[in-house]
Amino acid sequence: MDFFLQLLLNGVVVGSIYALVGMGFVIIFKSTSVLNFAQGEFLLLGAYISLAITTSCKIPFFAAMLLTLAFAVLLGIAIERLILRPMIGKPVISIIMVTLGLSSILRAIVQGIWGTDTRPFEEIFPAAPVRIGPVPVSQAYLWSIGCVVVLLLLFSLFFKYTRTGIAMRATAFSQRIALSMGISVRFMFALAWAMAALVSAIGGILLGAIRTGVDASLALIGLKVIPVVILGGLDSIPGAIVGGLLIGVLENLAGGYLDTLVGGGIKEVAPFVILVTILMIKPHGLFGKVHIQRV
Amino acid sequence: MIRCGDFKTSYAKDMAIFNSGLARCSLALFLLVLLAVPLYATSYWMDVLNRVGIAIIGALGLNILTGFTGQISLGNAAFMATGAYSTAYLASLGLPFVITIPLSGILTAVVGMIFGVPSLRLKGLYLAMATLAAHFIIEFGVTHWNSVTGGVNGTSVPAASLFALKLDSDGKVFYLIFSLMFFLVLFAKNLFRTKVGKAFVAIRDQDISAEVMGVNLFKYKLMSFGVSSFYLGVAGSLLAYQAKYISPENFPITLAIDYLAMIIIGGMGSILGSILGALFITGLPEALRLATSVLNDVFPALVGLFASLKLGVFGLAIVLFLIFEPDGMAARWRKIKTYWRLYPFSH
Repeated sequence: MDFFLQLLLNGVVVGSIYALVGMGFVIIFKSTSVLNFAQGEFLLLGAYISLAITTSCKIPFFAAMLLTLAFAVLLGIAIERLILRPMIGKPVISIIMVTLGLSSILRAIVQGIWGTDTRPFEEIFPAAPVRIGPVPVSQAYLWSIGCVVVLLLLFSLFFKYTRTGIAMRATAFSQRIALSMGISVRFMFALAWAMAALVSAIGGILLGAIRTGVDASLALIGLKVIPVVILGGLDSIPGAIVGGLLIGVLENLAGGYLDTLVGGGIKEVAPFVILVTILMIKPHGLFGKVHIQRV
Repeated sequence: MIRCGDFKTSYAKDMAIFNSGLARCSLALFLLVLLAVPLYATSYWMDVLNRVGIAIIGALGLNILTGFTGQISLGNAAFMATGAYSTAYLASLGLPFVITIPLSGILTAVVGMIFGVPSLRLKGLYLAMATLAAHFIIEFGVTHWNSVTGGVNGTSVPAASLFALKLDSDGKVFYLIFSLMFFLVLFAKNLFRTKVGKAFVAIRDQDISAEVMGVNLFKYKLMSFGVSSFYLGVAGSLLAYQAKYISPENFPITLAIDYLAMIIIGGMGSILGSILGALFITGLPEALRLATSVLNDVFPALVGLFASLKLGVFGLAIVLFLIFEPDGMAARWRKIKTYWRLYPFSH
């Protein structure tokens, strides 16, 4: 039972990070119809920038985090302006390829500046575990779940009640109608990329804190989040949250119980098996709008 | 003579692969030069050339599926792995290459068709993800089927053999790779003059109209997956023979991205584009290596940065091509040819 609880908890923690990164995917896809394969690299860059700021400037973690987020926002806007805007109206394959090219560039920048060794991440959260029932839980886990919950709440409120949030939803619904209503679609696109970069950077910092170190493998989460967004529905923020938690828990349970049977690696492949299954039976995901054209 | 325009008077002429004797002669001359290359080139250049040949076959395969049929696939590295591991296994049984290569191709075609089944329901983005999943599932299979694949440690591949003939050096494998490449290019060129090839293109251009016109979508999409995977399987098989040792690290997801980059940069839906793209993407790291070794005296730091430089230039090339030349090098080549056709009297 303890083993099960431990797996469940690990799953929820990893799942909450998935949910966060998945939300970045969904925000971009919803408003610009671009599937961003460079999301994992945003995460990586966020983690490294915060690391660089804390180690070189000797400023408190909170200030460093704010600086990192400011940088992430600028990065998101720059990428949208320079790379994605010329691609509006191009075929899907070109858009997929441009984000893949972008991911190569970002990874090259990170590798070129910080090398490929694992860098120790400053201990932000106290190491002593807290006991919840029978299971010891590291404080980093609790903090990250807390951050994710607050962020997801904030974003839901933002999309529901603020003027800008509603304008973004309008853009997602129909760019043409949004334009005719006086909404600047360009601004909404830039905002979507900025927000996605922002949540990814937060995800990167949290993941760095949990793993107590960052290296290039952090970017792999960008690919692992694809099953999450497909499961939840590509255009649904609640879907990303539910999908993230589900995939996180499922992969941990599968890893915990099946790894001994096949000799490891189940954790990496389980989300993709789920992905294929979902694509075959319910391609728009649990909460996505049904608009896939069948042929 | 280079023609100054299209003056075709019959359908047969319109369909012809070579539109003038000059084109045919220059190709023959080029092949003759290619035959002599292994006699003079260093082993380093033979290695590069062999990898170019393999990349051309693989890029052609992917282009048949993605460029000509419009089905986006991120599973091509896994399909190459299937071909490579089948060859490693079959060759270890002592079979000659005339059997292992076609068999690996057919086996990969079957695997490719299985993973192509979702294409009936999915397209665009969703198909890309389904094939991405296929990549990870096949990779999992490769790393866990220890008795056949050697797991994460990989497996060695005996030299390609046919009775007493043993192709145990880069110079000898070269002839195998390039003769196969020649036939596969010719096959692809001819494929798109047939009914099947035209059906592929019709599916790409407008699948619903294609179905209305009587193209059986499921059949032709699967066939496209099959042909494409056959090419990728053969490329993987040759890769196994050329590398002599294969492990899952030879077929990462970045390899799939490399191949997509080849057809994007070369030109989607163009045979010439596959060749140019394969040349470009395989040649790019070599050109960079040359440049860094030349600049070594001025910027010694460059050598340490080589890996990230390679990655960055690769990404930049993709992005710049997509923004400034979305139709690829093949389109640029056509433009240059059109310009010179009427030189100096072009407008």
